[in-house]
Amino acid sequence: MANVFHIVVCSGIVPDPLQTLEPAAGPTLKNEMMLPAVLDPWAASALYEGAALVAKHPGSKLWLVSLGPKAKLQQVMMTVGQKVPFELVAVDGPLGGFTDATSTANALAEAVAAIPGLDRAKLLLFGGWESASRGAGVTLQLVGELLGIGDQFQGVDEITVAEDGSFQVLERIEGGRHQQSQCVGAPAVLGWATGSLPEPRNSPQVGMANMRAIMPALQKAKSIKLDANGLTYASVSLPKQQRETRLVRDLAPDEIAREIVQWMAE
Amino acid sequence: MENILVLTHVDESGVLSRASLESVAAGVELSSALSAKLSIGVVAVDAAAVAAQLAGLNACVLAATSPELAEPRFSSDAAACEALCRTAAPSIVLAPGSSRFTRVLPAVAHRLGGVTDTHITLLTGGAQAEATRWFYRQRVEAVITRTARPWFLLLDAGTRTAYAGSGAAPTVEAVALTLPALRTKVLGIKAPKQDEQTIRPDAKLLFVAGAGWTKKQADGQVHATDAEALILGFLRNADASLGSSKSLVDQSGENQSVLNFMTHLNQIGQTGSTPRHAKGLSTCCHGEEPHVVGWRFVNERRAINLDANCGWARGKADVVYIADAFAVMERVNALLAEKK
Repeated sequence: MANVFHIVVCSGIVPDPLQTLEPAAGPTLKNEMMLPAVLDPWAASALYEGAALVAKHPGSKLWLVSLGPKAKLQQVMMTVGQKVPFELVAVDGPLGGFTDATSTANALAEAVAAIPGLDRAKLLLFGGWESASRGAGVTLQLVGELLGIGDQFQGVDEITVAEDGSFQVLERIEGGRHQQSQCVGAPAVLGWATGSLPEPRNSPQVGMANMRAIMPALQKAKSIKLDANGLTYASVSLPKQQRETRLVRDLAPDEIAREIVQWMAE
Repeated sequence: MENILVLTHVDESGVLSRASLESVAAGVELSSALSAKLSIGVVAVDAAAVAAQLAGLNACVLAATSPELAEPRFSSDAAACEALCRTAAPSIVLAPGSSRFTRVLPAVAHRLGGVTDTHITLLTGGAQAEATRWFYRQRVEAVITRTARPWFLLLDAGTRTAYAGSGAAPTVEAVALTLPALRTKVLGIKAPKQDEQTIRPDAKLLFVAGAGWTKKQADGQVHATDAEALILGFLRNADASLGSSKSLVDQSGENQSVLNFMTHLNQIGQTGSTPRHAKGLSTCCHGEEPHVVGWRFVNERRAINLDANCGWARGKADVVYIADAFAVMERVNALLAEKK
């Protein structure tokens, strides 16, 4: 029997990693709305892995649920929409890592539950293991709980589906190792790490097909506010540490090697 | 008054993990600062073996035990942690930020109507508990507090001394545990062979290889095989842990010259790990910010690079050697081999 999956990828958008970040009152990031944004990197891995799985299992579907300000989502989707085919579910809400994970999870779970035609028995809830903003690894797990999913895997680098619909998962654990588990099948939550697939090349054809649905999805995105849930920031600051770098030029490799070995032994 | 529960688990050898004992130490400190009641919760197959590790502790020790807890798994671990929490009824829960507990505790907190913060690097208790953590992948540091309870705090490993008590072992009280139907079976651990293991969390030195190792050298040729031999030789001689920049590990997916032992697990930085080592030596890596954020907890930093304007030279390393890493590392390996 063919295995059909309904894969929902939850992903936020984050400032491009090359941007300089500076906290501002709120807390928020200074000029946050002006910073170029990208799809959260580990969630992007989840999207590409999800697309590959859909391609292998005919009849499967892929949704991308993303929470962020509409204008920023539109900017990011111009690029992401050219990578793989998906259906966007947009939620218009605040950007940033300083929001509360529980409130974010509530909004995402509500959006996932409202997807028309979603079969929860076939659901694989994908996302990034940790975001590049809050970086807590909390949100996806809560969405899974709110949707009543009893099997979760975090730090996933690989999924292998068997003919009977069961699948094996490799999860990152300490010391550069993986834990290998076997689950009887969907539904399950998979918080992805890097995975094993490269970023797909931009495809204008995929972009054109996606855009027909992305713009209406953005237009009908529900606006939400996120509750702080009793979270207070006593301070938010940049690390002060700037090192006094000693540049060593014109030293022979032998002398450099001796200095390094001595330093290692100290 | 706060009521603190420290959740702990055993490691593969059946004793409390080091990170668990660090959390116990944090619990002792915080309960003293807040004048709070302290309990310890143990997730294990058999908790009897761990009582000695908690010797001298003035706390109630609860244990959720089952053969099904031999391996980490979401459904069984979440049920065990939930049972411990419902028995202790804590307002604050401390736990190690291990792969086992980060996989389940936010969900457990949700079941108890609580909230979770992870990657806590510092805990202080005055009028109220305050926790320090990083945002934007170690680029912004914040001190937070919460009114919502129970408040689950997962502590980063290596940020405090492990608990080491002496005296009488505490009595361990068993907690009733009902496991849900288990749909997931743990098959085992996949790890590189011992002599191929390049990630060593306890190593004193982190050695980072950048993409420069696989680029054309002065003779116009790529020397990836030589690079592999030099890097592996250094790791063996120095017992160092290997890290990488994203650009180097990404090359394997782009059909470029690669170092065969390098995987995404070695990746340090924005989309990789942030390991804790006393010293770090970077080679053939430009020291761009998305990579360097992964060095936040590496104390002493040195770099070897041909470019005097690389990121490391701009206040990110203590010493930058402007030199050919191939030549330097060959001599470093020779010196280390002599010493052995």
